[in-house]
Amino acid sequence: MLETVLFYVFATIAVVSAIFVISRPNVVHSAMFLAATLLAVAGIFLTLHAEFLAGVQVIVYVGGILVLFVFVIMLIAVNRSQSERQFNRQWTLAIVTATILSVEFAYVIFKGQDSLVLPPKVVTPAIPVAGNSQLVGTALYTTYLLPFEIASILLLVAMVGAVVLAKKKTASED
Amino acid sequence: MVPTSHYLVLSAALFTIGVIGVLTRRNIMIILMSIELMMNAVNINLIAFSDRLQQVTGQVFAIFVITVAAAEAAVGLGIVIAMFKNKETMNINEIDLMKW
Repeated sequence: MLETVLFYVFATIAVVSAIFVISRPNVVHSAMFLAATLLAVAGIFLTLHAEFLAGVQVIVYVGGILVLFVFVIMLIAVNRSQSERQFNRQWTLAIVTATILSVEFAYVIFKGQDSLVLPPKVVTPAIPVAGNSQLVGTALYTTYLLPFEIASILLLVAMVGAVVLAKKKTASED
Repeated sequence: MVPTSHYLVLSAALFTIGVIGVLTRRNIMIILMSIELMMNAVNINLIAFSDRLQQVTGQVFAIFVITVAAAEAAVGLGIVIAMFKNKETMNINEIDLMKW
């Protein structure tokens, strides 16, 4: 029961703040509403028994990516952009595209709803199952070891790329 | 017990909001934020099915999605800073150097 209530509360917060993210003229307000959405999504992960992912979501997204966003906004924010027109001229086309997309989603979810019924409750094993972090860690370091290493190389490349993109030009390059 | 389809509806809603943000806004920062919204929607789907099937694979994939999101944010914001140094704007309509 509590799970159901929490799901609807978090879902409402997530969707409403997501709408505010894309509709506020001020970029800083958008970033704050994005933080609300990300925290609500972390709560939804908790209702899905993914405790490790909820922690990662808060630490990496809210603590890392969002802080990066806010830093960049502080560095380059132009007040001029607030008084300008906020939306594209092609917004009618965009709304049509989004409508088609949501109709597709609605159709697919409606058609597939029957296959999403939960199976009968699994009998709880005599030995207590391992915690969520332990399960994720075991899968990450055994079955998915190669993708894990590739992800680490991706992060290294992204770090080097970001440094190269943002650094000052030296005299020899000019 | 919340049915899995409700999680899918939530995920679809967040994804659609992200698409609308990318297609309609002119501020590049908000476009990047909308992309993060879309990645979160995908993560909700992955974890909902991970819970539904009682398998941990979905959560491992969600970790990879978060990794890619972090890399994308770092490189994307680096590009924004480099662009701002050249053009002094965050408006994507004014960044049309490669437009034919």
